[in-house]
Amino acid sequence: MDAALQQQVEELVAKRLAEIEIEKAIQDAQRVKRLALVASKGSLDMAYPPLILASTAVSLGWEVGVFFTFYGLDIVNKEKLPFLKVAPIGNPAMPAPIAAIPSLQVPNFLGMLPGMTPIATAMMKSWFDRANIPPLQDLIDVTREGGGHLYACTTTMGVMGVNEENLLEGVECRGAAAFLEFAAGADVALFI
Amino acid sequence: MSALVPTVSDLFLDSKNLLCPMPIIKLSQAIKKISVGQTILTETTDPGSQYDIAAWARQTGHELLSTENEGKIFRFLVRRNK
Repeated sequence: MDAALQQQVEELVAKRLAEIEIEKAIQDAQRVKRLALVASKGSLDMAYPPLILASTAVSLGWEVGVFFTFYGLDIVNKEKLPFLKVAPIGNPAMPAPIAAIPSLQVPNFLGMLPGMTPIATAMMKSWFDRANIPPLQDLIDVTREGGGHLYACTTTMGVMGVNEENLLEGVECRGAAAFLEFAAGADVALFI
Repeated sequence: MSALVPTVSDLFLDSKNLLCPMPIIKLSQAIKKISVGQTILTETTDPGSQYDIAAWARQTGHELLSTENEGKIFRFLVRRNK
């Protein structure tokens, strides 16, 4: 094979490779992205991050699946959802009760006193309200209406004595294997 | 920083005083109400929305035609592409 022919072959191969790269990039851009979340915590403050991410992802046109496990199961439990709480005890990040006096911190150990958790919960709800953050139920509705899957961990249901009728409408009961199969195809997977 | 220029759009969406994720959720709901080729003008005050709405447009394939801001108000013109 002479040098000219060799060069021609190499050029053709390089051109084809470049075309394949572009085709792959186009396919990748057109492919629907997938978000897989594990929501493991059931306090008021920790219920927001997975639901904000899930409702945003469906708004971006992504596929979404949230696996609610352990205390996170309370978020999709219709009897517990309206009563999720935040406890000030052991939480040094809890802001001062009077925003104008940030140095007036309640000593953390006082968080153990009766009534402190309801006070902190009411406080946090008022902050969310003032900032126009929608209730958790609204973010759940957006996620569901956008085709997002809400998976209830069946092991947690068994351990905590939660039945299907305790769960919000549309919640799907799944085990770890089924969720992992969904998550295996995810572009973004987070444990919260 | 450019001044606010009156822009013609098919739908106006007020998302002022709303934080993430609401401007994005409302925008994705609103875009379903217009036809392909039509536009939405949306106003926000959340500084994050400058980046969020651009990302939303890239992810959904709709087009962010223009971004403006004046003071604390951000204004976006978006065209439905599909």
